Amino acid sequence: MEKFLLKNIENPSSASLEEYVGAGGYGSLNKALQMEPSDIIAEVKAAGLRGRGGAGFPTGMKWDFASRDTKFPKYLICNADEGEPGTFKDRPILEKNPHLLIEGMVISAHALKSERGYIYLRGEYPHARIVLEKAIEEAYAKGYLGDNIAGKGVGFHLSVHQGAGAYICGEETALIDSIEGRRGQPRIKPPFPVNVGAWGMPTIVNNVETLANIPLIVSIGAEKYAEIGNPECPGPKLFSVSCCVERPGVYELPMGTTLKEIIYDHAGGVRGGRELKAVIPGGISTPVLTPDGIDCPMDFVNLPKRGSMLGSGAVMVFDDTVCLVKVCWRAMKFFEHESCGKCTPCREGTGWLRNILERIEGGFGREGDIELLQDIALSITGKTFCPLGDGAAGVVLGFIKNFSDEFMYHITNKKCMVNKDSQSAG
Amino acid sequence: MDIFEEIRALTEKYPDRRGALLPALYVAQEDAGWLSQEALDRVSNALNLPQATVKGVATFYSMYKHRPMGRHLIQLCTNVACMIMGAESLVDFLKGKYGLEPGGTTVDGRFSLVIMECIGACDRAPAMLVDTDFHSDLTEDNIVEMLEEYK
Repeated sequence: MEKFLLKNIENPSSASLEEYVGAGGYGSLNKALQMEPSDIIAEVKAAGLRGRGGAGFPTGMKWDFASRDTKFPKYLICNADEGEPGTFKDRPILEKNPHLLIEGMVISAHALKSERGYIYLRGEYPHARIVLEKAIEEAYAKGYLGDNIAGKGVGFHLSVHQGAGAYICGEETALIDSIEGRRGQPRIKPPFPVNVGAWGMPTIVNNVETLANIPLIVSIGAEKYAEIGNPECPGPKLFSVSCCVERPGVYELPMGTTLKEIIYDHAGGVRGGRELKAVIPGGISTPVLTPDGIDCPMDFVNLPKRGSMLGSGAVMVFDDTVCLVKVCWRAMKFFEHESCGKCTPCREGTGWLRNILERIEGGFGREGDIELLQDIALSITGKTFCPLGDGAAGVVLGFIKNFSDEFMYHITNKKCMVNKDSQSAG
Repeated sequence: MDIFEEIRALTEKYPDRRGALLPALYVAQEDAGWLSQEALDRVSNALNLPQATVKGVATFYSMYKHRPMGRHLIQLCTNVACMIMGAESLVDFLKGKYGLEPGGTTVDGRFSLVIMECIGACDRAPAMLVDTDFHSDLTEDNIVEMLEEYK
């Protein structure tokens, strides 16, 4: 497939405005500025684009809700807080193709009649901040940002807002809290941010990759766009592949490419020709799959049928040398650290789960621990403001469902079935 | 421009002054390497926000530091991908080589070490940030070479 999101990024100067324009960049913006805002929204709707941040909500529908709200100003926020372990798909856009994102945001702003935007960038990407700020400066200088963009009377101002190390701020309402200068904690919905968002005004929060798809939709039209990928989830998708594969990295492929193709055809297969043991398909919060589940198309429709989720499209591959109890423990340590503390089931439950996993991993597991883990996980599920608690619980339930033998071996033999000679430390 | 003015200038990007709080805390932190009570008070004065508001926000986010750091801050990721690729042995290695514990600072004040939750470089694990520089594909051999650049 021809690359669009990662087009030209092998070029060392790909982040510069000159190179971007030279490769045809900002052509879609010029086209979009001739279009009525409502026509752009209709085009995005017809294209069938679904949000690439993890939830997969139809972007055109979100825009439609926001555009029907008569309150102004409206804010457009790019969610560049990719903090999910395994996920690094937005990084190449942020660091190597920033003008694609800016172009996508200006077109979106025109469609939504928003005059103020922010890129909420995770604090852990200091290099991306430098690149983005330079790109924004270049775009202002060339009139792609400002009060009168390309002389068409459309105004849009954009700046980078750097987060400070809180995974929860990837959740859109927590992100809004954070941009307002508060502790990033999720808000109860409704009202939804499209009506009551940043500073109480209509606010559209879209992922980096979602916004980077907009210029393509405008340039080739909804019909052609919908031919990429599969009919229920069209378009190109970035997959970040990591852990035990020969060629980890970010791959741009049609949505619906199977997990098997991603691992074996693109990422070079399991490292050292070892045996595939398990795959997390969409970032650490998506339930783990066994090798017999990898024939599945990677999209928002098919993965849920296999008991997992597409999430951010972050494929983590584990071979037979990896202790999955340890992976589960480390994942839970992450969720415990990142729980914002607002909801008791998540705040207390993630710590309790981590504690039990730690003792199993360390060779001190007790009979009944597996049932206890399941009981706690089910007591978190569906009882929190945001999906962080559900994600943490789903991880534990997924590992136990598919790899209960490994957990049992740890508890019964007080050691790991992978590293049989040693009791691994937690 | 002193940091008071720099912080005041940040408010232009937001509809209200509180919006500038996170970037203001970064400005104050860059000034001294950490956020002392005096630095928090300065942010509070510049943005005209209650001290409790400023402290409440500053303590929520993990990248704001509340005690003095070494001259160079090592933020090493040990999350799943980095763990599988050997980050834990690097933690032990730093302990042995520099006497550097997670959350600690070397005796000579050269390095501080913070364990980080996912640095977004899982394809090049294990990875770390030293100050704002990114380093990946770390091993016991190359980490020393990389750290030698920071005096």
